[in-house]
Amino acid sequence: MPDKQASILIVDDETSVRDSLLHWFRKDGLRVGTAANATAALQALEQASYDIVLLDIKMPGMDGMELQARIHAIDAKIVVIMMTAFASVDTAVRALKQGAFDYVTKPIDPDELSHLVGRALKERKLEDENSQLRETIAELSSADFIVGDSPAMQNVMALIRQVAETNSTVMIRGESGTGKELVARTIHAQSPRKFFPIVPVNCGALPDSLLESELFGHEKGAFTGAQFRRKGRLEMADNGTLFLDEIGTIPPKMQVDLLRVIETSEVMRLGGTRPVKLDFRIICATHEDLEKAVADGRFRHDLYYRINVFSIRLPALRERREDIPALARHFLERLARQMDKRVTEFSPEAMQKLLAYPWPGNVRELANAVERSMVVCRGNAIAADDLPFTVSGGPAAAVPGTGSLAEMEKVHIAATLVRTGWNITQAADVLEIDRATLYNKIKKYGLQRSPTDASGSGDPKPS
Amino acid sequence: MPAAPIHLVPIYLPNHTTVLAQLAPRLEQAFATSVVVRASRFDPEGAFDGSRGQYHATALLDLLLGEERDARVLGVAGVDLFIPILTYVFGEAQLEGTAAVVSTYRLDNAIYGLPKDDRLLLDRLTKEAVHELGHTFGLLHCRRSQCVMHSSTYAEDIDLKSARFCTSCDPMAGPGRK
Repeated sequence: MPDKQASILIVDDETSVRDSLLHWFRKDGLRVGTAANATAALQALEQASYDIVLLDIKMPGMDGMELQARIHAIDAKIVVIMMTAFASVDTAVRALKQGAFDYVTKPIDPDELSHLVGRALKERKLEDENSQLRETIAELSSADFIVGDSPAMQNVMALIRQVAETNSTVMIRGESGTGKELVARTIHAQSPRKFFPIVPVNCGALPDSLLESELFGHEKGAFTGAQFRRKGRLEMADNGTLFLDEIGTIPPKMQVDLLRVIETSEVMRLGGTRPVKLDFRIICATHEDLEKAVADGRFRHDLYYRINVFSIRLPALRERREDIPALARHFLERLARQMDKRVTEFSPEAMQKLLAYPWPGNVRELANAVERSMVVCRGNAIAADDLPFTVSGGPAAAVPGTGSLAEMEKVHIAATLVRTGWNITQAADVLEIDRATLYNKIKKYGLQRSPTDASGSGDPKPS
Repeated sequence: MPAAPIHLVPIYLPNHTTVLAQLAPRLEQAFATSVVVRASRFDPEGAFDGSRGQYHATALLDLLLGEERDARVLGVAGVDLFIPILTYVFGEAQLEGTAAVVSTYRLDNAIYGLPKDDRLLLDRLTKEAVHELGHTFGLLHCRRSQCVMHSSTYAEDIDLKSARFCTSCDPMAGPGRK
């Protein structure tokens, strides 16, 4: 990415000093602003952003010390360098304690000034990079990954790979708890924007009034209680990805504002006068029927067309039951590490119960169920009774009627195998078929024994 | 269109006839234009700051411009220059303007207690003169250490760069202005 033009604001009541510095820094290629007093300086900072402020301590009206504190309150990242004609240790110490980057006595040696500004710009750049890296590390360390070998999930993974590299807006649809945010994070992590933040906004969780300032940010004094300038989520996502969860719940006025942002790549902070140019990718998610919302007039059709560019539909957990054992084990291992508990497996009965449950809350419900069972579990294996739900009837009876006969057969065989600890003879007995038929079905459905399945007899593992 | 001629104006410059006679052809080569020494007398005293014992570089630029409209003017001073915020400057120029000034005062090895070196002094003067005149062509400081538009704050820094523009700075090389 090309270097952004560095900027400096010179605040001094002497015209000759302002002019000298203005010309000096212009020749260095900096964007230079000047202000003759504190009021003009605060105005300048409202109209444009600056990396560095070079500030005279002694000025009529509000002095440099007080102005420094005000600047710090507006944007703590601005590097302030204090200048004075009358060097005194006391003021130097006060300025530095208050957070000034450095303190110089007028007149300044040209080499000192060059080095000082060079260092200040470097510091500013490092600080920006540092905060971006922190966010990235925080994301990476908390990152989860998508689990599932089912054809439905393999299809989702293929779509993710296909779209991640592009800059396309992505719409993720799926029931609550199917992992829409995880998919958004996976797309971001595989995209060229991965070194910049992904900023999630749950549009449904914020009241209308807060959503606006949350998204667009606000200037100091934009409304009662806006004591500081605050960057909005859109600005935080600059160079990265903005994840708009529950996009279907955005109120009509915000839909207009959001559409404008998407079209112009510019935002205006609340109470601001200057648009900020941004570059981010949008990923949206919804569990709602957006087409119906458009038909009912609750969702703008122009915004709908803007965001519905590349759609990924996540299957409900009941549509990919074969992933349940792997998912359950994944949560078990992760929680065992987090809770420092020596729970290593599910009893065959517990696994059968997991396979039989309809999971209306999808993967999130499964994760919560595993977490609860981890808390109450007393041995090495989670027992059926540890699971916080009941399943009526046998496993087959509990499989809802959404799947095909073959799917039900597959699930039933898988459950039986888990229950018998992959003892083929025993499982064939339970299923009332011969061993050769069972082997064929195992092969046909691609069933595989996982290392954490309850161990059975020495029956060979089907390849 | 050929560039406007450059007028050289000596300001308390020791041996000014010799020095300017050596400087002129070097500037002619750099800017592909004629360079002449201005005949009229120049009074710099309006730019003198008694409390600092130095000449105000920006004020000198205003005085140098005078009536001149059709030429670039380069003042070549033997005295020390300053701008209000800085202790000294080697030179000063109007960005995209017509006036520039350079001083030999701090380019001379003698003021650092080193043996006098007229050849080195002329090299440094040439580089700073080309540099300041470059600003009048709208050129900014260049990051390339060899380019004459690279910023120098010590006399030794000047010795590290060449007297030439890099390809992207050269004002004679068409619209590639920075």
